[in-house]
Amino acid sequence: MSTPALSINGLKKNFGPAEIICGVDLDLAPGERHAIIGPNGAGKSTLFNLISGLYTPTAGSVKLNGEEIAGRSPHAINRMGLSRSFQVSNIFANMTVRENVRCGVLYSLGYGYSFWRNVGNLREVQQKTGEVLERVGLLDKAHLPAALLPYADQRTLEIAITIAGGADVILLDEPTAGMSHSETDRAVALIEQATADKTLIVVEHDMGVVFNLADRISVLVYGQIIATGTPEEIRGDSRVREAYLGDEDEQLALATGGAQ
Amino acid sequence: MQSYEHLAPSRAVKIRQRFVPFVVMALVLAVIPVFDPSRTMYSLMAAMGINIVFALSYNMLLGRGGLLSFGHAVYFGLGGYAALHAMNAIDAGDSAFWGNYPVFMLPVVGFAMGALAGAIIGWPSCKRSGVPFAMISLGVAELVAAAGYMFGSFFGGEMGVTGDRMVGPQLFGLSMGPVEDVYWFIAFWTFVGTLGIYAFTRTPIGKMSEATRDNPERVQFVGYDPNRVRYLVFIFAGAFAGLAGGMAAVNYEIFTPESVSLIPSGLVLLMAYIGGIRYFTGPIMGAILLTYMQSMLSDYSEAWLLYLGLLFIAIVMYAPGGVAGIVFGLLDIFRHDGTREVLTRRVKQAVGVALAFTGLVILTEVAVRWSNGYGEVFEPFGLHLGIDTPLSWVLIVGFFAAGFVTLRLTRNKEEGAA
Repeated sequence: MSTPALSINGLKKNFGPAEIICGVDLDLAPGERHAIIGPNGAGKSTLFNLISGLYTPTAGSVKLNGEEIAGRSPHAINRMGLSRSFQVSNIFANMTVRENVRCGVLYSLGYGYSFWRNVGNLREVQQKTGEVLERVGLLDKAHLPAALLPYADQRTLEIAITIAGGADVILLDEPTAGMSHSETDRAVALIEQATADKTLIVVEHDMGVVFNLADRISVLVYGQIIATGTPEEIRGDSRVREAYLGDEDEQLALATGGAQ
Repeated sequence: MQSYEHLAPSRAVKIRQRFVPFVVMALVLAVIPVFDPSRTMYSLMAAMGINIVFALSYNMLLGRGGLLSFGHAVYFGLGGYAALHAMNAIDAGDSAFWGNYPVFMLPVVGFAMGALAGAIIGWPSCKRSGVPFAMISLGVAELVAAAGYMFGSFFGGEMGVTGDRMVGPQLFGLSMGPVEDVYWFIAFWTFVGTLGIYAFTRTPIGKMSEATRDNPERVQFVGYDPNRVRYLVFIFAGAFAGLAGGMAAVNYEIFTPESVSLIPSGLVLLMAYIGGIRYFTGPIMGAILLTYMQSMLSDYSEAWLLYLGLLFIAIVMYAPGGVAGIVFGLLDIFRHDGTREVLTRRVKQAVGVALAFTGLVILTEVAVRWSNGYGEVFEPFGLHLGIDTPLSWVLIVGFFAAGFVTLRLTRNKEEGAA
């Protein structure tokens, strides 16, 4: 087997005495679409923050294409080819849509901290920004201030910034949260298209989205992965059913039933 | 391959927004001497030019970088001191380098010194942002101001360091002696400084500075280290402040430790904020307005600092966009349709503010004369307004009331319209 795109081993995170992530192991093949599901408070967002460098792990290792990234700063990890989105829209609200995407493009094209170039004259940056905008369908809104976009478009912009740098491992944190059905369908199509031939990890509550999108699914409960497998395997797993109570159990049943 | 050229602003827009303003600025600077200004006007304009560059450099931190600094005069002062020491080296003429260095180019020395100071002081202070950054800048300002009185060989003690600008080789045939020569020197560097700071906003690091101001967390996930961005911006802000210091060194031929103290640091904050930190031109307007107030208003009233304080508070509370925000807001009204109502309301508001302000001015002027105890009395337009003259109080209360009623009326209208 080739080097995993992302390899997590014995990852732990404590906040004081509280163990939030208690030993997570996970290997992702390049190009895999992996979904992480689990009840509220299971540690999904914490796991994302550990992988992307926002938190420092208490123990364990995270390898990106075989290279250790645990404990590195977020910008260093990003430059190595891992990019993430946020659960709450985390965009540059005072800038236009185009400027937002341009911020995502600049570093990857080698214009990091340059102070001797005029951004307006950088053809390559302009071209790449245009391509990303077209890919996510925001071309016609390029000149709107990001703060004035409708919610669903802000989420799309969030994804656009995430993919703009050309990272090959993409982490999406609840990309469809708060969207209507039709918006969700469009968002899923966008994610599939925008992350084609990239490695994707997505945290998602909408089971329909998860079972449609993912090649494999991991179920995170109380900081541990209790099951990993294809959507079919996860559907049949009794422990998974046990972990999901109430609404989410029904939702899981609904998604399972609907797909059969 | 599809081209996305059309996404960028069109050539016409670029020329109108980026090229024309600088042409206009150059023209204005070039035309001013034609009107044969008085010596007072020349020295006032020199002070304005220096403050324009200084305030713009400050706004690289506050407006564009979201960094509130209480110690920006440190870089202005150090740049100025460095330029004065260089001026004295030119005068001494011992070294081949300084012997051939024209005084006209001294702001470059200030720029280098400002950048160096920014690079050294910014290293620890840019590891923090927000309130800790502001506190560190305050600490550094206190530190450098204290050092100013201790390290006599560099700062010259309380007397400061003096120099003579009519030394060394001449550039552009300017002897730097008469105010006219100094005017060209100041005009040149004001233009270069403004252009340089504007150009900085157009660079990748300038854009990422705005991104870091708005959302430092997200900046990390597009590959940037927010501390590194802030640090680089800090160095450039220090450098341009040093440039302004170099201009001041040539203009005044003296620098005292007071120039690195908290007072000029506070004044530059006021200039940038009153002018409007969200606009590139804001600090320019603020610098012009405050320099004018400082030199002219202080001739009319010893209470001018009170008016400055009032202006600042009023701007913070009611016009966060500053003078530039007000100016561009008015321009917007003229440009768009359905303007009459908005315009009428703005005029009414202006009248209300002016009335209330007149009441305040009378109160202040009457009070300050009475408090001084020299027996002076405020006598505008042939009126005699003493503290015990009933007319004084009638006017004060009358203007106040008229102003408040006018403002109240416009507000009611606004609510009714909504």
